[in-house]
Amino acid sequence: MRAPDLAVIENGAAIVPEDIALEIYRRICRTRIFEEGLIKAVKDGFVTSPVYLSSGQESIAAALSVAVPGPVIFAQHRCHGVYLSYGGDPVKLRDELMGLPTGTSGGRAGSNCVQCHENGVAMHGHHGLIGENVPLAVGYALASKKSTLAIFGDGAAEEDYVLSSLGFAATHRLPVLFVCEDNNLSILTAVETRRSWKVSKVADAFGMEAEDLSDDPWTIYLKAKELVKKTPALMNIHTCRANWHVGVGTDGPAEWDRFSDVRNALKGAGLWDKAQAIEGAERLSMEKVWEQGQLRRLSGK
Amino acid sequence: MLLGESISAVGWVNNTVPDAPNIVELPMTDVAGAGIAVGAALAGRRPIFVVRFQDFLILNGSPLIFYAAKLKDLHEKSAPIFVRAIAAEGIGPVHSGVLHSLFMHFPGFRVASPMTPGEYEEVWRGYMDNDDPFICSEHRASYSNKDDLPDEIAAGADITIYAISSTRFEAKKAARLLKNEGVRCNVVNIVWLKPFTLTKRITEPLKESRIGLVVDPGHEIAGASESIAYSLMINTGFPVKALGLEDRTKCLCQPLQNRAPEAGRIAEAAKELLAGTGRVFT
Ligand SMILES: Cc1ncc(C[n+]2csc(CCOP(=O)(O)OP(=O)(O)O)c2C)c(N)n1
Ligand SMILES: [Mg+2]
Repeated sequence: MRAPDLAVIENGAAIVPEDIALEIYRRICRTRIFEEGLIKAVKDGFVTSPVYLSSGQESIAAALSVAVPGPVIFAQHRCHGVYLSYGGDPVKLRDELMGLPTGTSGGRAGSNCVQCHENGVAMHGHHGLIGENVPLAVGYALASKKSTLAIFGDGAAEEDYVLSSLGFAATHRLPVLFVCEDNNLSILTAVETRRSWKVSKVADAFGMEAEDLSDDPWTIYLKAKELVKKTPALMNIHTCRANWHVGVGTDGPAEWDRFSDVRNALKGAGLWDKAQAIEGAERLSMEKVWEQGQLRRLSGK
Repeated sequence: MLLGESISAVGWVNNTVPDAPNIVELPMTDVAGAGIAVGAALAGRRPIFVVRFQDFLILNGSPLIFYAAKLKDLHEKSAPIFVRAIAAEGIGPVHSGVLHSLFMHFPGFRVASPMTPGEYEEVWRGYMDNDDPFICSEHRASYSNKDDLPDEIAAGADITIYAISSTRFEAKKAARLLKNEGVRCNVVNIVWLKPFTLTKRITEPLKESRIGLVVDPGHEIAGASESIAYSLMINTGFPVKALGLEDRTKCLCQPLQNRAPEAGRIAEAAKELLAGTGRVFT
C-alpha cells in the first residue's frame, strides 16, 4: 500500500551519521531552492521551454547520491534532482533551460534531457522517450561492468523494454541499481487505472533483490548502501510530485510533504541549527543563479 | 473500441474522444500496446489506436508494420486498425515528428492526413470501406480548424504548390506572399498519401503551371515530399521540387527547432525554382 511511512526505518535522521544527514539535507535544499527560482523564472517569462520539476521527489536523488556515489547515471525526464544532487552545475542547468549555448547540451535539449560529463559525474542525457534509459543503462553495465544507476518512473516501469531489461540484468547479474520513483502517476493517470502488479514483485520474480519503500531519505540512504552491494537490485520508492507533470503549476497539496517531514526529523535529531545554516547557504547561492538582472541580460528580455 | 495511454485523465486527447464505453486505458507499454490493439483488430473490433506523438510510432511500428500490414499478403486475413497518429511542432526531438512517410514506404497501409472536419469524415469512411490498417496522420494544428481549405487555382499560374498536413495553412499564406510579388500560384491539397492517385484535380494544375513544389512537415530525404514530387514529375514530365525538413534533428529551442516549412520558406523555395526557369516577374 502507498503510504508515507512504508518500510521507513524509525528515527533514521538520528541513526545516520550527522555529517551524512546534513549532506543529504543540503542536496534536498539544492533541488528545492533551485526549482523555486526556476518556478519564478518561468512565471517571469525568462524560461519558456517545458520544465519537468523534481520538487516533492527531491529526497530520493539526494539520499541516493550520498549512498551511491559515482555511478554511471541514466535518468529519466524528471532529472533536475538527479543532476543537482550528484553535483551538476546549477548555472549550466539554468542555461540549458533558457536555451543558451552555455547549457548542459548547448541549450538544444532542455529540461528532460539533461546530461553531465564533468566534475566526476557521468550522467547520460535522456531524449524524451520514457523508459529508454533503462535498457541503455543495462547495456552500459554489460559492456563496462561499472556501477550503473537507472532511475525511472512508475509509468516507465510498464514499458516492454524496461521489463525485459530487468530480466536481462538479472540473468547476467549486472551491476545496475534500478530506482523507480513511484509518484503513482503517469501524467495524470494513477497506477491503479493502469495495472494491477508491482514492479518490485516482477524484479523479485526475475531473481533480484527488490524493495518497496517510501521516500524518507534516511531510509533510502541506509537501504541503498546495502542494495548496491547486491546488484542487480531494485528500489520502488513511493513519492509525491509537488507540481504538474510538465510546468510549474500545482493541483493542490500532494499526498504528503516530505520536505516538511525531513525538517521535523532534523529538529528531532537535534540538528536544526546546523540544518538552517545549510539551507541559508543554499538559498544564497541559488539566489545568485536566478538573480533578475542577470536573467534579463542572458535572455535579452 | 479505442485504446491509448492517458485518454480520460489527460484532456480526452485534446477533446477529440467522447466519454463513451469501450475505451481501454493502456499502461505505458508502447510496443505491446500496439500489439494488443492489432490483436483487437484481428478479432474484428475495428479498434482505434491513439498515438499521442507520432514519434512513438517507431515503438508501435513492429506490430503495425510486421504484423498488421503483412497479414493480407501472407494469410489473406486482415487487421483493420485505425491509428490516430498525432503530430505536433516545437516540443523537442521526440515529440515534434511527422512520420507518415514511413508508413507510405511499407506495403499494406492506407495513409491519409486530414486537416478539415469534412476530411476527417472522408478519411474515416475510407477506413470503414476497406479492411487495411490505416494510418491517420493527424496534426494538432487541425484541431482548431473549422475551415474547408479548398484548392486554390489561379488563372495562368506560374507554379503549383502541393501541401500536406500542417503545411497547408502555410502554403496558403505563401501564395499570398507570392502574389504580392507578382507570382501567381496554385495551391493543391494532398490528403490521401497512400494510395496516392494522380487524379485530374492533382495533375491538371501542374500541366498549366509547368512547375511544382511539394511541401511536407516531415523529413525531406526519402519522405512524402520527395516521393510525391517524383510521382508528379514522372507522370507529367514537368519539374517538381520537394520541400520538407532539413536533414538534422528537431531540437527543443529556436533557432534549432528545424520547424516544418513556414510561409516565408515556401515562398523562397518557389522563387528559387522559378528563377531557375528564367521567367521574370513584376
Ligand atoms: C515511449 C513514450 N511513451 C509515452 C510518452 C508520453 N509521456 C511522457 S511522460 C509520461 C509519463 C511518465 O510517467 P512516469 O514514468 O511515471 O514518470 P513521471 O512523469 O511520473 O515522473 C508519458 C506517458 C513518452 N514520452 N514516451
Ligand atoms: Mg510517475
